[in-house]
Amino acid sequence: MMLALLQAAAEASPAAHPLAGTVAEYVWMLPLLPLLGFVINGLLSIVPAYHAGPEDVSHDPEAGHTDMAHEEAYEAEATTFHRRWNALSSVVGPLVVGIAFVLAAAIFLAMRAAGPSLETAGAFVRTYGSWMPAGELRINWGLQLDQLSMLMTLIITGVGTLIHLFSIGYMRTDPGYSRYFAYLNLFVCFMLVLVLGGSYPVLFVGWEGVGLCSYLLIGFWFSDESNANAGKKAFIVNRVGDFGFLVAMFLLWANLGTLDYAGVDAAATRLVANGALVTAICLFLFLGCAGKSAQLPLYIWLPDAMAGPTPVSALIHAATMVTAGVYLIARSGALFALAPFASLLVALTGALTALFAATIGLKQWDIKKVLAYSTVSQLGYMFVAAGVGAYSAAVFHLATHAFFKALLFLGAGSVIYALHEAYHHTHREEDAQDMRNMGGLRRHMPVTWALMWAATLAIAGVPVFSGFFSKDQILGAVYGAARHSAIGELRLLGIPGSAILYGIYVLGLVTALITAIYMTRMMLYTFHGANRTGEGERPHLHEAPWIMTGPLAVLGVLTVFGGWLNLPAVLHALGPEALLDRWLAPVVARASATLAGGEVAHLSHATEYALIGAAVAVSVLGIGFAVVRYRGPLLAKREAEAAETGLGAAVRQAYYVDRGIGRYLVEPTIALSRKVLWRGLDVGLIDGVIVNGSAALMRGVAWAGARIQTGNVGNYAWIVAVGALVVIGAVAFR
Amino acid sequence: MRDWLAAVQYATWILPALLLVPLAGAALIGIACRPALHPETQEEYVDGGRVRAIAFGTLLVEALLSAGMWWAFDPADPAWQFRVDLPWIADWGARFTLGVDGISLFMVLLTTFLMPLAIMGDWTSVRTKLRTHYVLLLVLTTGMVGVFTTLDLLLFYVFWEIMLVPMYFIIGMWGGERRTYASVKFFLYTMFGSLLMLLAIIWLWAGTGATSFGYEHILANFRHAGPATFWLFGAFFLAFAIKVPLFPFHTWLPDAHVEAPTTGSVILAGVMLKMGTYGFLRFALPLFPAAAMHPTIRALVLGLAVVSIVYGALVAMVQPDLKKLVAYSSVSHLGFVMLGIFALTEQSIQGALMVMVSHGISTGALFLMIGMLYERAHTREIAKFGGIARSVPVFSAFFLLVALSSIGLPGTNGFVGEFLTLLGAYQTAPLFVVLASTGVVFAAAYLLWGVQRVLFNPLRSEANATLVDLNRRELAVVGVFAVAILWLGLAPGPVLRRMEPAAARLVQQVERGAQVAALPDTSTVRQP
Repeated sequence: MMLALLQAAAEASPAAHPLAGTVAEYVWMLPLLPLLGFVINGLLSIVPAYHAGPEDVSHDPEAGHTDMAHEEAYEAEATTFHRRWNALSSVVGPLVVGIAFVLAAAIFLAMRAAGPSLETAGAFVRTYGSWMPAGELRINWGLQLDQLSMLMTLIITGVGTLIHLFSIGYMRTDPGYSRYFAYLNLFVCFMLVLVLGGSYPVLFVGWEGVGLCSYLLIGFWFSDESNANAGKKAFIVNRVGDFGFLVAMFLLWANLGTLDYAGVDAAATRLVANGALVTAICLFLFLGCAGKSAQLPLYIWLPDAMAGPTPVSALIHAATMVTAGVYLIARSGALFALAPFASLLVALTGALTALFAATIGLKQWDIKKVLAYSTVSQLGYMFVAAGVGAYSAAVFHLATHAFFKALLFLGAGSVIYALHEAYHHTHREEDAQDMRNMGGLRRHMPVTWALMWAATLAIAGVPVFSGFFSKDQILGAVYGAARHSAIGELRLLGIPGSAILYGIYVLGLVTALITAIYMTRMMLYTFHGANRTGEGERPHLHEAPWIMTGPLAVLGVLTVFGGWLNLPAVLHALGPEALLDRWLAPVVARASATLAGGEVAHLSHATEYALIGAAVAVSVLGIGFAVVRYRGPLLAKREAEAAETGLGAAVRQAYYVDRGIGRYLVEPTIALSRKVLWRGLDVGLIDGVIVNGSAALMRGVAWAGARIQTGNVGNYAWIVAVGALVVIGAVAFR
Repeated sequence: MRDWLAAVQYATWILPALLLVPLAGAALIGIACRPALHPETQEEYVDGGRVRAIAFGTLLVEALLSAGMWWAFDPADPAWQFRVDLPWIADWGARFTLGVDGISLFMVLLTTFLMPLAIMGDWTSVRTKLRTHYVLLLVLTTGMVGVFTTLDLLLFYVFWEIMLVPMYFIIGMWGGERRTYASVKFFLYTMFGSLLMLLAIIWLWAGTGATSFGYEHILANFRHAGPATFWLFGAFFLAFAIKVPLFPFHTWLPDAHVEAPTTGSVILAGVMLKMGTYGFLRFALPLFPAAAMHPTIRALVLGLAVVSIVYGALVAMVQPDLKKLVAYSSVSHLGFVMLGIFALTEQSIQGALMVMVSHGISTGALFLMIGMLYERAHTREIAKFGGIARSVPVFSAFFLLVALSSIGLPGTNGFVGEFLTLLGAYQTAPLFVVLASTGVVFAAAYLLWGVQRVLFNPLRSEANATLVDLNRRELAVVGVFAVAILWLGLAPGPVLRRMEPAAARLVQQVERGAQVAALPDTSTVRQP
């Protein structure tokens, strides 16, 4: 029956897209499945929490029992319900995402089956109704499926499913269990809207939607003020970026008259290459990316975002949402290809962010903060790649980073879980995320230890691990662009673009060195040396349950073998080369070639070997340095650090950026608003002097005026009312 | 539905009916709810339940009657619909002319639907002089519907004043501590503007042959008359700018909102502010296109709109009182409307109309929910709250949704209006739009900070821990708002389609008028 329908649909339009009539027609189900999960889990969390108030709420409802009794009864009831229905959330939450993954995989196979015809056919677009029609403006609810959005969908639903499963264990005892899964499902829904949306406004729905979920999940434990602050900060800083995104859309509409990708790609040819307009559009878009993907100077929200539950950090603040900016640039390749100047700024910002964040990572004690700064840094690499037009390298690193960083975060989650449980047993209030409370965990949680080392080697760029291949491809692309590209021919402040690109390459290498150091430091402090958790707690330290280690193991496999997605040509002995490059070519190849100045430069094998050698040397050097620097005895000390001064203290405090923004931006704005605008201008000048002043003046000048203003306005008002009614009444009698 | 409505000749009687039904309800309250002696205490009392039931029933009938306009309204027709033309004051040429187009349709529907929701959501808080309270609300409804439907300038002025009076009493009699100051300020502020408007209306009447106050007559016959046009525009401008309120004419608003009882605030923010922007759309722009589109004036108004957006948001951020926070947020939101109107493109006008509707829904819901909170906690001071998402989870979930719609999250009603306004306005006023767009950052700042301090953070006080959640009546009301927020956010198409012809006509009318009647230096509308 279904097949017959599909065939009928396929036959109806002979010149249809190769995906027409295939399982790809169900692309709309991808975001709808997690939305369904959100609705179910949302109801599971809110319905039992609803205790209808009395009809007249202002009467004291607590006649029968004391205040605290009410609270306790409420808690008890919540717990009973919690046990009964949590199982349902445990099933629904991961299941909807899992089904979405299966569907995505099926669509992927259909795309593979479509073969070469797909490469020329363009994107598969489906429209499901009109959203904002106004004049010539037509914004539709449309989804677009192509190689890029397919890859993103697979990452989101695949890694998403694993993290949902991990959450079953991690959040097991949380009173907000169903609410957690509701938010997480909603996040996946919006993330899929983001990557599948067929136009900038629909992408923006997902864009702000994931921001909302991020806000809700960072502040998930909202009773703690710092968590609520962190959520709010994330939303507001992201809004700064969204401002840029909005302005970019206004520019697109005003100048190209369209907002969907197909239209923009087609109309982009009308834009003057490297002109002010396309550069402005790209820079405003990049402002949006900098907000969402935590680049300088808008990265400040991401370290704070670690206040959320750790699986959230893995899914949203490492694997998926924060990479949306990279996706947006790859998606807008047709525009960025025309704006080499903007692209150069993207690459430069990425490189500086990568280095900046990596140095902060060297001095953090909170295991999640290390990973947060590391994420900011790795996102920087992706922007370096996107900036030099190596879009598939950027997406490749996005994919491998999703694997190894999700693994690192979930591994950290399993460590935190172990410490938390241990401290819970002994009723001690200690920080379960502080690495000074860890050490020697290798003996207690060997699985987590081994898997996290695999991820560490991947992020450090040790050969055959996935991160090695993607980072190497990025550095190679920068080097190639420095040698020859449209960007290299520019001049920025009098400096040749190629010189800047060589500089970016060096920054990339230095960052790789620092990355290897701080990641090794983190591993050593966490898993090696003597244990510092506490005598009483030590017996309670143990490996997480299988529902948590299982997903870790799957991510471990991906972390180790993810590089095979896109093997470089020089290593063709290992397997088929450049799978990902070829897969993405229909979407990004033209833009990459334009930015490269005609054709992507091919480096000689000798150069490639040299570049690989440099990268490997740097990572081995970094790991070695860290092992020597942070070896045994140093690790044993619980308070390893003396009171630091100078640069050390500055790095530990993340260069005082947050404090500076608070003191020189936020506080002055609030003071200005309160003292100058509100009390001064509003209450003082306009109201006090002008309004009330003129009233007082009138009172003084005229007796009649005085009468009007001393309480007899009522009479006056009645006269107006009665008069008006009489006039209206006249109608009836005519 | 359409055929059935045509069969009952819906179009011929609906507008007069919408004006008369509330008045009939008011009369019914007067007759059926006389004070009686209580059999036991021998004190005079009024059956409050009956008063409320009659008022609510009347407004429900009103809403259901008006709902027919959704179907009966022809979206393709830019002309006046449901038109009624009766003689009124023949000597002056004033007629009782009513009609609706795509601009006023949704203002009428907003009014008729918001009124019963406001009463139902604020069922129990008024405890004194019940009869007077509900009679005033019903008269106010007639006044508001009248303002949005009349096509006679004198009649417009009459309705404009009629609705002022009940609101004055609602604030003055059932308001908070500083109610007298607030109500007098509200009254004088508005009167000041509207008296000048009356003079301008009379001038227009005299200048077009002193034969008719009819809107179309004056529109067709009024010719640009040199500097006088600017004075006339100025008079209308002042009346409407105060009502909007546009910075710096806004200082009556925070006082009126804070002191007004909940229903009063809902109506003030939900409907009455839109009369200002409606006035610009209906009168100030079409009648005086040359003045309104004069580059200097246009830039000035656009500038004031941007100042309103940013200033309103910044001042909202530092308010200690929840109602004041929302009051200043209205200044910010209405700034977007003014920006859209004076940018004058099809998208920006439709966007402005959407913001007007959305603001009515979102801010109406915010004021209602703040009222619900006040009923429970007897305070609106933000610092007194914190952490109540634990004690009133359902209230909090809905409050957050409404706040997000006010922030303009895509998928909610707030986004559609703001986005279309800015997108459309960018074509004629790019610089102003870039400045105005910073408002999206400030909006997130003031609302989320407010939300955090009320719903989140630790639950410190015992009193907040024992707040009771929404009762079923409140849940029903809030639920209706939630549905409206999502519906207009996800599928505003049917609404936008009905606005489109009127918006397009307005743009054309004003652009042409500005060119034809332009002074030498305004022969082309320069981009500011």
